[in-house]
Amino acid sequence: MNAFAAIDRRALALHLAVIAVLFVLQFVLPAYHHGIMARILVLAVFAMGYNLLFGYTGLLSLGHAMFFSAGLYGAGLSVYHLDWSVPAAFGAGLAGGLVLSAAVGFLALRTTGVAFLIVTMMFGQVAYLFTLYFTDWTRGEEGLTLPQAARVLGPLDLTDPTTRYFAALVLFTIALFVTLALVRAPFGRVLVAIRENEERTRMLGYDTFRNKLGATIASGVICAASGAAYVLLFGYFGSSFAAVQYSILPLLWVLVGGAATTLGPLLGTILMFYLVDLSNDLLNSRFPDWDVSYLGIVGVALVLLILFFPKGLLGSVRDRWVRWLP
Amino acid sequence: MTALVETRGLSRRFGGLQAVDGVDFTLPEGEIRAIIGPNGAGKTTFVGMICGRVAPSSGSILFDGADITSMPADRRVMVGIAYTFQITSIFANLTVEENVTLAAMRRHVGRAGQRYSAAELQDASLSALERVDLQNYASKTAGNLAYGHQRLLEVAMGLALEPRLLVLDEPTQGLSDTEIEGFIELVRDIGREATVLLIEHNMPVVMALAETITVMDRGRIIAEGTPEAIRADRAVQEAYLGAPADG
Repeated sequence: MNAFAAIDRRALALHLAVIAVLFVLQFVLPAYHHGIMARILVLAVFAMGYNLLFGYTGLLSLGHAMFFSAGLYGAGLSVYHLDWSVPAAFGAGLAGGLVLSAAVGFLALRTTGVAFLIVTMMFGQVAYLFTLYFTDWTRGEEGLTLPQAARVLGPLDLTDPTTRYFAALVLFTIALFVTLALVRAPFGRVLVAIRENEERTRMLGYDTFRNKLGATIASGVICAASGAAYVLLFGYFGSSFAAVQYSILPLLWVLVGGAATTLGPLLGTILMFYLVDLSNDLLNSRFPDWDVSYLGIVGVALVLLILFFPKGLLGSVRDRWVRWLP
Repeated sequence: MTALVETRGLSRRFGGLQAVDGVDFTLPEGEIRAIIGPNGAGKTTFVGMICGRVAPSSGSILFDGADITSMPADRRVMVGIAYTFQITSIFANLTVEENVTLAAMRRHVGRAGQRYSAAELQDASLSALERVDLQNYASKTAGNLAYGHQRLLEVAMGLALEPRLLVLDEPTQGLSDTEIEGFIELVRDIGREATVLLIEHNMPVVMALAETITVMDRGRIIAEGTPEAIRADRAVQEAYLGAPADG
């Protein structure tokens, strides 16, 4: 009992320290990185939602762009076409993610393994095509920009960089502690059990389908929260966010940071974001006429990571040094 | 004694193979029952249907008088049927204690959705581990245990479910002689509180434990009786040896 309490205190302290560092960064970072960090915090929420299903439950989905987009379009369209307030639009985004993940989960969870990956990817593509098909409302690839006047929350102007950073940090904090609570609760332990040995879990009396559906819905809603916040804070939404790249990105972020760790998604998102950013600059300055892609450097970095940190950075840290890391 | 498990005309066909063929079977509460029979006799399929892992092609299953034929496996665990796998099935990457806690947790949550404290849960887990003498391994990773200990861990998971019926599918397979001795004691101990249904090939184990033996061959029950009666049964000897023993 005491051992358990001690683990929880250490984990809690670590998470609070991370939040504190992110809070202080706001006052330290130069404007450019400040803007990037706000974006990273919102996208890390996307990665955390993905991690709940992929890392903890062991279900590899390649369609999570649809849950992000459910939030993105749910919030974006209700502001753009219906003039909804920011909280109402955010709620619409969450509701979109809830309904979509329940429906997709109900159907896709009849499959497992590679079939699950393909089915989720196809649902994701359907969602992407929907955003193109209803171009009268969505403007397809070109997308829509939310007017600045619509992006206010009471007295707060969400287009102001400082407000935006804090709003992103609040969302991130909530998502982080919700994830931490979920994976510590009996529900989260059952999800890990399903990942490790589903048949055994079923023969311990757990309805594995219902638990997996619960995980899909929780994951979908968290990803939708990220999408809804993204459009409300940064003001733009278009079909590219629903494309398959946005299903692969959270997988990369989680793999880099460490699957089934609560802080891995944040670390992975930061690293990948800056890796892409910096390698782009580096390549363009060193080899101005070569016209090479940053993807090469990203690829090399990923190969190195898989070689030396197969469980992602925090996953390997947990295995080797810090066993109590949640 | 009333029947805890009863099957009526229970059958299962896999394509052209009639694995279990119209089995009528009764297991009174509190008994230790062994099912024996040659390989392919349909033993695992039969208990698989009782546990809900295999759906019957026809026939019905009653547990404590209630029809559970179409009840999903996870619900059957909740009414008191626990199963240990023929091929050891544990959570290899989790600790020994977490393995048992997952079982105890279900049992405690299942009781009308009651809340339980972390301390109660740990007590339940550790006492299950103590019964199989694994309490000193609680914080070890389950996959690193010796094979015999992994089998015991699986039994502990079954015990943590506090079942009314514990189904053991070839539990002593791969155990050493000394481990088997301890295992016989353990099952006897379990038999004082729960009904035990045991599939077993090791005849000394069967003779030491079973109050009644059911013999299956080609999907049917060919004999049933006390260990002494079964030992002397001609049909049983033929099923195992293919010829009369005194021939």
